[in-house]
Amino acid sequence: MYSPRLLLLTALLLAATPGFSQVDTFVFENDEQQQRFRQLSNELRCPMCQNANLTGSPGGVAEDLRREIHRMILAGNTDAEIEQFMFERYGDFIFYLPRLRADTVLLWFGPLLFLLLGGYIGWRIFRQASGNQQAASGVALDQAEKERLRRLLDDE
Amino acid sequence: MKKFIFYAPIAAFLALAFVLWRGLYLDPTELPSVLIDKPMPSFVMTTVEGEPVSNADLPGRVFLLNVWGSYCLPCLVEHPTLMRLSEEGEFPVVGVNYRDRRLLALDWLDVNGDPFEYSILDEDGRFGIDLGVYGAPETFLVDGEGVIRYRHVGVLEENVWREVFMPAIAELRGALAPSR
Repeated sequence: MYSPRLLLLTALLLAATPGFSQVDTFVFENDEQQQRFRQLSNELRCPMCQNANLTGSPGGVAEDLRREIHRMILAGNTDAEIEQFMFERYGDFIFYLPRLRADTVLLWFGPLLFLLLGGYIGWRIFRQASGNQQAASGVALDQAEKERLRRLLDDE
Repeated sequence: MKKFIFYAPIAAFLALAFVLWRGLYLDPTELPSVLIDKPMPSFVMTTVEGEPVSNADLPGRVFLLNVWGSYCLPCLVEHPTLMRLSEEGEFPVVGVNYRDRRLLALDWLDVNGDPFEYSILDEDGRFGIDLGVYGAPETFLVDGEGVIRYRHVGVLEENVWREVFMPAIAELRGALAPSR
């Protein structure tokens, strides 16, 4: 009833999932510029869409920011200048890797702090437990006790 | 020492639980503006009507800068509030027509009413970038010196006006009063 060719075509169409990147038609002077553009729009976060980078976001503001990155690259701005431009307007949110500052220290080193704290507490508990064990096994018996122990064991 | 070891995990758990519990009630879509206490970015543009406009044309007193677009449904929700403010005249409202088409914007103002002193035409969203805008509606509170004092993301409903903007304006005036 259905031709195999039609089935194949349908299967291929279903297999073609949409790619997660927006297609812009920016023209660059060389590959290095294009590479930088790709890197920047991958590393900067779209302010509107909460969890998409500029490359993957269909949002209007992401489109504008990609256009702005393109313009700045062609105008000869460095990556650092472009990042600073974004930071001055959108703050830390624009970076997936926020800058290391006094108020972002906890964000960067918080997990390490928790690890150290947990490790310390774990080590204390472990040491205490093994300390108790040592104390328990190292009990000295006096002569009478030794005698009693021997008798108990001999009874077996 | 033993007591500390016993209570430390409980204390740590409670602290973490509190932080995460608080996090449940934060709105992640509301980003703090980095432009607070900074002057309005400089602009030389035109209004939706085609008149030239720049920083010199800003009202020399506390005003609202409202980012809107004809495509923006929430803008219709806050529209009555802006109309009321505009009619009362105490706080001028300047519009930024963000990522819109000029004719659509004019049509929207014609149909719904125009609460704005004028609307800055920002068709490509470039001025929006300078303001750190990420979507209409957003409303900035700007003081008489042209310094941005507050930004609200989302609909400016009457209760937002009462509970957020009015205290902010009162604080602004309180801060300015001693120096006058």
